[in-house]
Amino acid sequence: MSVIQLSVNGERFSVEAEADTPVLWVLRDILHLTGTRFGCGQGLCGACTVHLDGMPVRSCSLPVGSVGNKKITTIEGISAESLHPVQEAWIAEQVPQCGYCQSGQIMSAVALLRDNPNPDDEAIDAAMQGNICRCGTYQRIRQAIKSAAENR
Amino acid sequence: MTSSFSTIQRRTFLKQAGMAGSALIIGVYTGSCTPEEPEGQIRAFRPGIDDLPEGVSLGPFVTIDPEKGVTLMAHRPDMGQGTFLSVPLIIAEELGIHPNQVNIKKAPGDAKYGSQGVGGSASIRSMWEPMRKVGATARALLIGAAAQKWNIPAEECYVKAGSVWKRGSDEKLTFGELAALAATLPVPENPPLKDASEFEFIGKNIPNPSNPAKITGTADFAMDVHRPGMVYASVERAPFGGSIKRIDDREARAVPGVEAIVPVKRPVDKHTFEGVAVVASNYWAALKGRKALQIEWNEPEVKYDSETILALCHSKATGEAGSSVITAGNTAQAFAAADKTLDLVYEAPFAAHAAMEPQNVVVEIGDDTCEIWIGNQFPQGLRKEAADFLEMDPEKVQVHVAFMGGGFGRKSQTDVAMEALAIAKNVNKPVKLIWTREDDIQQSSLRPPTVNRLKGGIDAAGKLISLEHVVSGPSLAYGLWGMHNPERVPGFLVEPMGEHLYEVPNFRAGYNLVDVDPVPIIWWRSVYASTNTFGHECFIDELAELAGKDPFDFRMQMMANNPRYTALMEKLREVSGWDNPLPEGKARGVAVAKSFESTAGHVVEVTRDATGKIVVEKVYSVVDCGLAIQPNNIKAQVEGSIVMGLGAAIKPAITLKDGKVVESNFHNYPVLRIHETPVMEIHIMENDEHPTGIGEPALPPLAPALANALYVLTGERQRKLPVDLS
Repeated sequence: MSVIQLSVNGERFSVEAEADTPVLWVLRDILHLTGTRFGCGQGLCGACTVHLDGMPVRSCSLPVGSVGNKKITTIEGISAESLHPVQEAWIAEQVPQCGYCQSGQIMSAVALLRDNPNPDDEAIDAAMQGNICRCGTYQRIRQAIKSAAENR
Repeated sequence: MTSSFSTIQRRTFLKQAGMAGSALIIGVYTGSCTPEEPEGQIRAFRPGIDDLPEGVSLGPFVTIDPEKGVTLMAHRPDMGQGTFLSVPLIIAEELGIHPNQVNIKKAPGDAKYGSQGVGGSASIRSMWEPMRKVGATARALLIGAAAQKWNIPAEECYVKAGSVWKRGSDEKLTFGELAALAATLPVPENPPLKDASEFEFIGKNIPNPSNPAKITGTADFAMDVHRPGMVYASVERAPFGGSIKRIDDREARAVPGVEAIVPVKRPVDKHTFEGVAVVASNYWAALKGRKALQIEWNEPEVKYDSETILALCHSKATGEAGSSVITAGNTAQAFAAADKTLDLVYEAPFAAHAAMEPQNVVVEIGDDTCEIWIGNQFPQGLRKEAADFLEMDPEKVQVHVAFMGGGFGRKSQTDVAMEALAIAKNVNKPVKLIWTREDDIQQSSLRPPTVNRLKGGIDAAGKLISLEHVVSGPSLAYGLWGMHNPERVPGFLVEPMGEHLYEVPNFRAGYNLVDVDPVPIIWWRSVYASTNTFGHECFIDELAELAGKDPFDFRMQMMANNPRYTALMEKLREVSGWDNPLPEGKARGVAVAKSFESTAGHVVEVTRDATGKIVVEKVYSVVDCGLAIQPNNIKAQVEGSIVMGLGAAIKPAITLKDGKVVESNFHNYPVLRIHETPVMEIHIMENDEHPTGIGEPALPPLAPALANALYVLTGERQRKLPVDLS
């Protein structure tokens, strides 16, 4: 076990974990930030998406020992006081069905809209195709991203 | 798509209390609550599996507290199909309170709620009347209490927005003020139900109160539960039907954090499978310990390849007439008299459910108690099975029902919880068992494949006079319960023929059993309709061509005596622009089916992109599920069914080699992604018929509508799923 310093959602944490432990399990089991979901463990489904210095990454495949000084942001940290405009759009379009993948979908969408405030269908496809929704909420995700872009 | 929820969006805010995920409290408020503004407020939604209602109980489903307001129990577990709102909404309608003004809590598994099982698109269909009665009973009690307080006849009182009002005045008493007295009044046997013209919330798009939690990561899934002293487990499992021969756990035990190695048995319906659990202080250590295990298995006696199973299905399909399940007229005589006949075989493969939330559970066994936290479709069955296993009074076993991160039938089974109980019994600590994605795909029960043989006979006028559809494949009755009697084959094996849309004077649905033991099989969204409809509706298209008729005309002439089916097809024909020619390079196909008492039809449009790859561009859908309780959720379920049905139609199937599932994760068992999702335009037939379910019925007709479109585009018939669009 090593003691590892982490910055998560603007707070500093000191965690005891093996350096090869994926960030996903550190977030969920040590910090009890359970909004980040386990889906595949291989970076194939996007359910575990968090931001590392603002870039969307798959936390299931990111060893905690490799994070260093980079800042982690999770679904719990994208907006301090109120809902993030992307979350507002998700409510407006009634996107979730089971809801399990939506943390990861929203993390990918937040990163997309920061880099591209007005994404077209192609840009949405490119940014979101790493996130699987088995309930099939894709049409609403697409619409929610567009309405979040309009309402910014 | 314009949004119906913009008022919520504008006035939404989020309150957070505390850092720990499970302690988040979210309130979404949308304004005041008066009879004039029944939109009211969405009450603070506090996620928490253990939340039990406080206040005065008016039966198992309705609890009223002067401070906390009305709480309704959502007793049908929610896997994304929307029962968390749709079932309590029916109570709220009769009670006279906006569904967003009440607290909704997920009920634990308990017989006092009546049947809690979710499957077969049955919740709305079966709960419509009982839940109306629950709401109407509570309303009658509250009105009775108000009438008593005001000393006026009950007829002079009415409910609105969570209060009882005196007719012709502004005087009101809130439900909270009346509950204590109401609970003492005699329960009316047959309280009057609202007239449909009085519905305020049914048929409207009510925002789902679980969404604020689902978009902030605070919705409670079982995997989020943490218990003091809890350990984590991961299980290396024997091939189906295999058993443990020898375990060398020296290296596994040396992994830091590993606490125990436990051989476990996992009951899966009629089967019992073996595995070796690695128990550790954290999940990563359990996974590493598992990788370090050296296990030798006793190989199973039967080790199937899926190719062998499908070959068996084909051999039955072409060689045996099968048991007769449904018969009308005399098909053989009619074939002999037919002008033209057709005899074809269609194949649909194994499939995995692959819900985004892999199987998981938390269990804690006490001295004389047991608690289970799980997302499961049949919590009462699990309660009983756990009590039997632990030799405990079922009353001492609590099954806390979490949201399911998708279920699709797989979470109807109890094996994951039973496996965890076996581990917890051994280690005497609370256990969180999480299956990896590889476990979920390779060790879960599968959707059985079917081979469908269809024979049709057409008369000189191009009318279908004789039709036989024989299904050959594994039986869920045999696979789950070991039951098979060729003389009495259950009708669900030939779904959707029990709800055949077409009037054909001579008709026979048959079935041939293919035994796939020890491969475990289970319900998969829309079950046999998901595979059998492919053959059925493709064949109908081929018959239409043989008869020289338009696919719509050919189908509609066989449903002319049924106004509901006809109206649906007319609507689908209109909204899809079926009679307008498509531009060069585009094609469309149609299919329709009734399953679980709801009817769904799709028109699928396909085209080729610049690289020659075929793209599914658009799907037009029309569904008839009776009175639409929540139109927005109905559309969501149809969207989900199209996406899942399309994925199953065009993505690689599950295959078996030497008795093991070959595919393991989303790289080799891909499911549909956003860039492959067509534009979906969904219409709901408006009527006031008994409401029926919509979680499944839109899935079966998707694959055949696609295949029928592909034929028009390419000139080649597709008789085997999955199809290759590249």
